[in-house]
Amino acid sequence: MANLQSSFLGIKSPNPFWLASGPPTDKITNVIRAFEAGWGGVVWKTLGTQIKNVSSRYSALNLNGKKIAGFNNIELISDRPLDLNLQEITEVMRLFPDRAMVVSLMADNDRNSWHELVKKVQDTGAHGLELNFGCPHGMVERGMGATVGQDPEIAGMIVEWVMEVAEIPVITKLTPNVHSVVPVGRAVVEAGSNGLSLINTIQSVTGIDLDTLVPNPNVAGKSVFGGYCGPAVKPIALKFITTLAQDEITCRIPISGIGGITTWKDAVEFILLGSGNLQVCTAVMLSGFRIIRDLCDGMNNWMDEKGYQNVADFTGLSLPKLTKWEELDINYHIVARINQEKCIHCGLCYIVCEDTSHQSIFKEDGHPYNTYKIKEEECVGCNLCKIVCPVDGCITMNEQRKGADYLNWKEFQRMGLPLNNH
Amino acid sequence: MAIESNRLSEEVLKDFFSDIHPPFEYDEGAVIEANRCINCYDAPCTKLCPTHIDVPLFIKQISSGNIKGSARTIFLSNIMGTGCSKVCPVEKLCEGACVFNLLKEEPVPIAKLQRYSTEKALKEKWNLLIRKESTGKKVAVVGAGPAGLACAHELSLNGVDVTVFEKEEKPGGLMTYGIAAYKVTPEFCKEEVDYITAIGGIEIRTGITLGKDITLRELREKFDAVFLGIGVGKTRGLKIPGEELEGVVDAINFIYNLRTSDYSKVAVGDKVAVIGMGMTAIDAATQSKRLGAKEVTMIYRRSENEKPCTDSQLDIARLDGCHIIWLAAPKEIIGENGKVKKLVCNKMKLGDIDSSGRLSPVETGETFTLEVDMVIKATGQLPYEELIGKSSIRAREGKIVISENSETNIPGVFAGGDAVNGGKEVVNAVQDGKNGAKAILTYIGI
Ligand SMILES: Cc1cc2nc3c(=O)[nH]c(=O)nc-3n(C[C@H](O)[C@H](O)[C@H](O)COP(=O)(O)OP(=O)(O)OC[C@H]3O[C@@H](n4cnc5c(N)ncnc54)[C@H](O)[C@@H]3O)c2cc1C
Ligand SMILES: Cc1cc2nc3c(=O)[nH]c(=O)nc-3n(C[C@H](O)[C@H](O)[C@H](O)COP(=O)(O)O)c2cc1C
Ligand code: SF4
Ligand code: SF4
Repeated sequence: MANLQSSFLGIKSPNPFWLASGPPTDKITNVIRAFEAGWGGVVWKTLGTQIKNVSSRYSALNLNGKKIAGFNNIELISDRPLDLNLQEITEVMRLFPDRAMVVSLMADNDRNSWHELVKKVQDTGAHGLELNFGCPHGMVERGMGATVGQDPEIAGMIVEWVMEVAEIPVITKLTPNVHSVVPVGRAVVEAGSNGLSLINTIQSVTGIDLDTLVPNPNVAGKSVFGGYCGPAVKPIALKFITTLAQDEITCRIPISGIGGITTWKDAVEFILLGSGNLQVCTAVMLSGFRIIRDLCDGMNNWMDEKGYQNVADFTGLSLPKLTKWEELDINYHIVARINQEKCIHCGLCYIVCEDTSHQSIFKEDGHPYNTYKIKEEECVGCNLCKIVCPVDGCITMNEQRKGADYLNWKEFQRMGLPLNNH
Repeated sequence: MAIESNRLSEEVLKDFFSDIHPPFEYDEGAVIEANRCINCYDAPCTKLCPTHIDVPLFIKQISSGNIKGSARTIFLSNIMGTGCSKVCPVEKLCEGACVFNLLKEEPVPIAKLQRYSTEKALKEKWNLLIRKESTGKKVAVVGAGPAGLACAHELSLNGVDVTVFEKEEKPGGLMTYGIAAYKVTPEFCKEEVDYITAIGGIEIRTGITLGKDITLRELREKFDAVFLGIGVGKTRGLKIPGEELEGVVDAINFIYNLRTSDYSKVAVGDKVAVIGMGMTAIDAATQSKRLGAKEVTMIYRRSENEKPCTDSQLDIARLDGCHIIWLAAPKEIIGENGKVKKLVCNKMKLGDIDSSGRLSPVETGETFTLEVDMVIKATGQLPYEELIGKSSIRAREGKIVISENSETNIPGVFAGGDAVNGGKEVVNAVQDGKNGAKAILTYIGI
């Protein structure tokens, strides 16, 4: 059995799964239930100057009958009294001493406020702090949250203020509502942040009620941009994490990976691209804390199969495999092949290739089942047919190199090789 | 032992004759199933539908919440799409072709989904297909069955004024008088016909028989073209001794009674033998059982492999508790006081392949005898040989012969449905009606 024990910035937890700051970590009742279910740690719901929330607060994006491909919210930071939160944090830590307790913070935009808040939280004995520079709604209008996270200078300054009084590890949580997370990431690393976490939610409109014409979620006939999260944001989160893990400055400190993690496979992917541990919010909001069982179990079995002892054994292993387009091998060429035994004659591969790709599939009419064959000489190896095929392993992509040696685009141009003529 | 009516209580009968394929109870159910469809291209389900309904499209329209569009997609190809969703043997048509079968998974419930959107259309009286302005052209349709109605609808859509002549009191053909009562109700049949005629331009005149009240010549003179959708007639005789005894009935008449009176008034025997293994035989057997017959035995001269009904139809009979005897052919019916008492059968074996392409039944010389008080003949229906025979219409074995464009040997006279194919399904009759209408439109220059 692999060992899932995790240590992130020296903060220990029995597994690498923390609950991200949000409703699941909003109060003692939830957090106790989460720890009883087996979660490794929590990032307590963001504390700051107490606010007031509206109703309704959430909406979702459904896709072809699959509910909730994406989720969105317009909640603010904690709407509960600061002292009550601090008391509860102390109490939970007493009850579950082996779990990680990190507290998310978003103070008013001055040095004193940050100092005061950091000190109060440290008094609870919490293991770490997470600076919320990412909330894309509500707080922005007050000059906090994502506003801070979008400006390297302000972000760096606040981290400096925090580091002046911090006695426990500080993680800076970044917003994805930027063209690149690297400038802010570099600024906070240089300001002394001990770790990074991302992504927070992405500004979004999930949809509009076609009867009332009010976008979701509806608050008395109006709506605002909400923060998008859940399965749909995973690819964006992975991209942002990779850019930090590959940057020479931001790679110096550990990254806590967040954004759409729903299954153990997602979690493994985050680790493979450089996450030191993981945070989950939406997935538990949609299914409850019980999902921790398969998150751990699935990762464990995969690690056993692969022979990894610890999470560290595979952290970042896929990073070198994400390169620049210019470095890709142009001589690599694959073509699709249909396994006629597995084919169920749905024609999906044919119609997508015919209408939008390279007309590389031949249709032989039958009654009622047509036969589909690949025209290998036309196939560009784009993967489209394999992606739409409903049968696993029915379409495979087979290597037919255009040349024996590695050849990149620069070399290709230098050698004056011919481009397509059709 | 006796043939009696009123064997079961009202409630039991109601239950036994309730919808055999119930509809979705909740919209969510329809959406879940609709989302299972993977939206095949050049879809096998559509190909095996004789009316070529765009199945993936109408199913996707259910999942996108465009129910009106879904119903319209169905009606564009098949105006009796609702009736078909209840009576089609889909296991050998669309659902039998669904690619999920190849994965050994349950096919998408196409018929149930089709019923979902089209029943809403009927209930809400959605006006989905709009008739073109009248062209002043007039066409006579004989027979208000599926073929005639589909033809009339297509013609009317294109601006033709249609008069339908029907010998029975009610329109609908075998849909109203023949199909099992647990598939469609008289109320439904009326609702469907009303929906079809709601586009306007179709006048149905019931109680008028071609060959008695009107002649083909008259119709040819008064109308620009004629479509014959007269179906097939009585059940073929057994041609064995004892066929005239009291208690030997024709399946079509038996079911006709069942469809036109209260179930409690329909008489059925204690021990019933049903001869045949087609859809009509299955319907006669299962409905006898549901009326309260104690024992129902189905007798078929070939083996299960050659049976004309589908597996799921046979399952209905089996689940209803009907006995089945394969490889047996009726030899003689023995009576007492003019009433059926026994049925003597030849034991058969399989011989060579016959003209139907199946292994033929051959007598073994052995016999066996069943105690019965009622024998229902369901051995295939005979075409209207008399009517057709008397006219100058070309026919082969009583089936009207038509050209590729649905025309008979008499110019301007077109035909389709059971009258031409000798007895297939409702959906084939609908397609024939559409084909006839298209040919007529060309013929009359529209
Ligand atoms: C017992 C039984 C069960 C069946 N079950 C099913 C089933 O479950 N599913 C299925 O798809 N199919 C079933 N069928 C077959 C289906 O009913 C027919 O294929 C279909 O109704 C044929 O349509 P049609 O319009 O050609 O003929 P019909 O439905 O027979 O309509 C012909 C019409 O013409 C009228 N007519 C006849 N002669 C004249 C005349 N001289 N003048 C005026 N009008 C005339 C008749 O009264 C009738 O209304 C069943 C058939 C039977 C007998
Ligand atoms: C309802 C809701 C409230 C949230 N509140 C906070 C918050 O107070 N502080 C914070 O840093 N992130 C907050 N988040 C963002 C999450 O912590 C997380 O970064 C984001 O949802 C992406 O992860 P996920 O896809 O697993 O949900 C919130 C998210 C949701 C859905
Ligand atoms: S998509 Fe796959 S299953 Fe469908 S026709 Fe193509 S190869 Fe066959
Ligand atoms: S064959 Fe089945 S899955 Fe394919 S389009 Fe038809 S109903 Fe859908």
